[in-house]
Amino acid sequence: MFRNNYDNDSVTFSPQGRIFQVEYAQEAVKQGSVVVGLVSKTHAVLVALKRNAEELSSYQKKVIAIDDHLGLSLAGLASDARVLSNFMKQQSLASKMTYGRPIPVERIVGMIGDRAQTNTQQYGRRPYGVGLLVAGIDELGPHLFEFQPSGMTQEMLACAIGARSQMARTYLERHLDEFAECDRDELLKHGLRALKESLAQDKELTVDNTSVGVVGSTSTDGKKKLENFKLYDGQEIAPLLEASLETTGTTEGETAGDAMETDS
Amino acid sequence: MASLMSDTAAHSDALGYSFSKSIPNPTSHSSGPRQHSFYPYTDNGGSTLGITGSTFAILAGDTRSTSGYNINTRHAPKVFRIGADDPSSRIVLSVVGFAADGNALKERLDTIVKMYRYQHGKAMSVKACAQRLSTILYSKRFFPYYVHAILGGMDEDGKGALYSYDPVGSYEREQCRAAGAAASLIMPFLDNQVNYKNQHVPGSGEGHALQQRQVTDLSQDTVQGLVRDAFTSAVERHIEVGDGLQMMIITKEGVQEIFEPLKRD
Amino acid sequence: MNHFPQAWGRPRDDIYGPYDSSHLHSSLPQSHTQSPAVTGTSVLGVKFKDGVVIAADNLASYGSLARFTDVKRLRTFAGTSVIGFGGDVSDMQYLDRLLQSLDIRENYSSHGHSLNAKNLHTYLAKIFYKRRSDFNPLWNNVLVAGLDDEGKPFLSQADLLGTTFSAPTLATGFGAHLAQPLLRRLVPHDEGSVKDVTREMAIDAVKECMKVLFYRDARSSDRYSIAVVTKEGEIEMKEDEKLEGQSWAFADMIRGYGTQVN
Repeated sequence: MFRNNYDNDSVTFSPQGRIFQVEYAQEAVKQGSVVVGLVSKTHAVLVALKRNAEELSSYQKKVIAIDDHLGLSLAGLASDARVLSNFMKQQSLASKMTYGRPIPVERIVGMIGDRAQTNTQQYGRRPYGVGLLVAGIDELGPHLFEFQPSGMTQEMLACAIGARSQMARTYLERHLDEFAECDRDELLKHGLRALKESLAQDKELTVDNTSVGVVGSTSTDGKKKLENFKLYDGQEIAPLLEASLETTGTTEGETAGDAMETDS
Repeated sequence: MASLMSDTAAHSDALGYSFSKSIPNPTSHSSGPRQHSFYPYTDNGGSTLGITGSTFAILAGDTRSTSGYNINTRHAPKVFRIGADDPSSRIVLSVVGFAADGNALKERLDTIVKMYRYQHGKAMSVKACAQRLSTILYSKRFFPYYVHAILGGMDEDGKGALYSYDPVGSYEREQCRAAGAAASLIMPFLDNQVNYKNQHVPGSGEGHALQQRQVTDLSQDTVQGLVRDAFTSAVERHIEVGDGLQMMIITKEGVQEIFEPLKRD
Repeated sequence: MNHFPQAWGRPRDDIYGPYDSSHLHSSLPQSHTQSPAVTGTSVLGVKFKDGVVIAADNLASYGSLARFTDVKRLRTFAGTSVIGFGGDVSDMQYLDRLLQSLDIRENYSSHGHSLNAKNLHTYLAKIFYKRRSDFNPLWNNVLVAGLDDEGKPFLSQADLLGTTFSAPTLATGFGAHLAQPLLRRLVPHDEGSVKDVTREMAIDAVKECMKVLFYRDARSSDRYSIAVVTKEGEIEMKEDEKLEGQSWAFADMIRGYGTQVN
């Protein structure tokens, strides 16, 4: 029944210093379909692969808009993510109410991190079974944060979590140097290509199974203008997918030289 | 404590001390409930007005804010977009009366409309928003938001919609409404110019035979003109109205905001 | 000493009279501050093209008594904003502590973020509005000076009812009557005129108004604080200024003024 004596609850360490319930929760994240996130100097992008539980069902929700400047994608238990995203939505609105400013991304990620951590230290509770990639923008620029059931949060330049995400991470590591200078479209392309790396052999990215979220800022003559978090679903995805399919060499001539896709 | 006091009351003579016998305090007891001298409201003056046509709604207000005879500022807008982070939003709220309550009300409604969009994945209809605003106001029935609110938008049929409220949430959909300090000056003008009250068909007879002038559909330009006239007239006769005119024009294309100067005296 | 241990160590009725327990079960509803006690008078603020000037005198009055003559009513926040407090001084000190702890909290775990004057004003207004809604008002009228999120000069007022407004020139209390008309001469076209106001013009106008207020406001003093917040986000604060160029020559001839007592 049990793997060992130390995984009945999340408040007991094993003699090796592990908390099995938390590790099992992290397994739940690995069961979820893959999501990819990456940032440039101006934008943060989330890309997700949606699954449908069966032929007859709709596809699950993988990317959730939290506020104008903030959104997340999830891998793992969708219901846990919904609870967390509701909490984040409330905190974000509250920050706008009391201070009249969008909540800093680091701050709100810290809040869910603290919530998740208490679940690992109180008897009778269970850790959240979901991993999140939180993309947002604040006065310091765009950010991407990873959140794990243990309560761990860290800022990332690029990240992928969920099933078969290792392949996507390999792609991200290989192209990491290019991301910082990417514009919105190029960053999206990289995101979709990374996602494609993690697909099973017989799978393709389609308008039905892909979700994209983008947030960023455009600067016109020194003034930064916020581009609200935009969620792409369904038919809106089609042009993005098409653009990412253009193999070898990004469309614009100026960057074509070094941004050649190294076919893996 | 209570049991100690009641126990010892009987023995107090023997004990030589007491907690139960009290000396009546003439100052604190005889005067009854004390009057609160803090009054939580003030009137910041100003006036608002809304008119609908078949394809649009216009909400307008002056931008003066007053305290008594002082002008706080010449630019304090009282017409607000609701749920404006969503470009498909077509809801506008104007509030006049106690400005702090007005702002609180605006922010509360705005939050609710944003949460609605988040939870339902679509924008709130004006009809639903109007109903919700009523319940918000009534929820503070015994400590009201001291404001006269007017809500404008586009209804499900693409027609201009306008709802007006009293401070505790009674509401009604109307063709046009003026609120605030100069409401009593503007409303009769609107009755006459929008609903053609007291206008008759020339030569249609006398007494009961006299026919009302038929109400017509007003164009956007006409209505904008009426709004301007209403405010320039109100400015002449009411000291709390002036400085600037803010107009929100709601059509199916979007919400357009216009500022124009008014007299500053 | 008697044989009732309960009575030992307690005040004896024959000496102190029976215990007055009226305070234990008061029949009155709970009541809060209904009027201010120690108060500060006007605060003035003017925007100019590169920042904001704000000033208030250093007097705290107890009714008509000039009780404390060296009270600093301009307080800085996060090194980038200045708040000028009018009204109750104890409520000012409470708010100052509150804002101090807010500042520490803000800077504790994150780097690079800070609340600007606009955020600060929003927060203060929320506190005022919450307290007035609880019938427990903070008896103040404050000006907040600093920069907004675009780095432009910001000046706004908030009061004990939670009422807020913003203008290129602001004055609280007596200053709303006496100083505001003089200050508005600087900005004939409101926000559009701010670009034509220099730092010197703004400072001179504020100093002149402080003088007028000292002449006519019986609860004012000739010692004052003045702060300039610049576009670079720096604060130049002077907390012990003295009014200059006062003219009391007219008083010579008037009975009851100056040295002539009767």
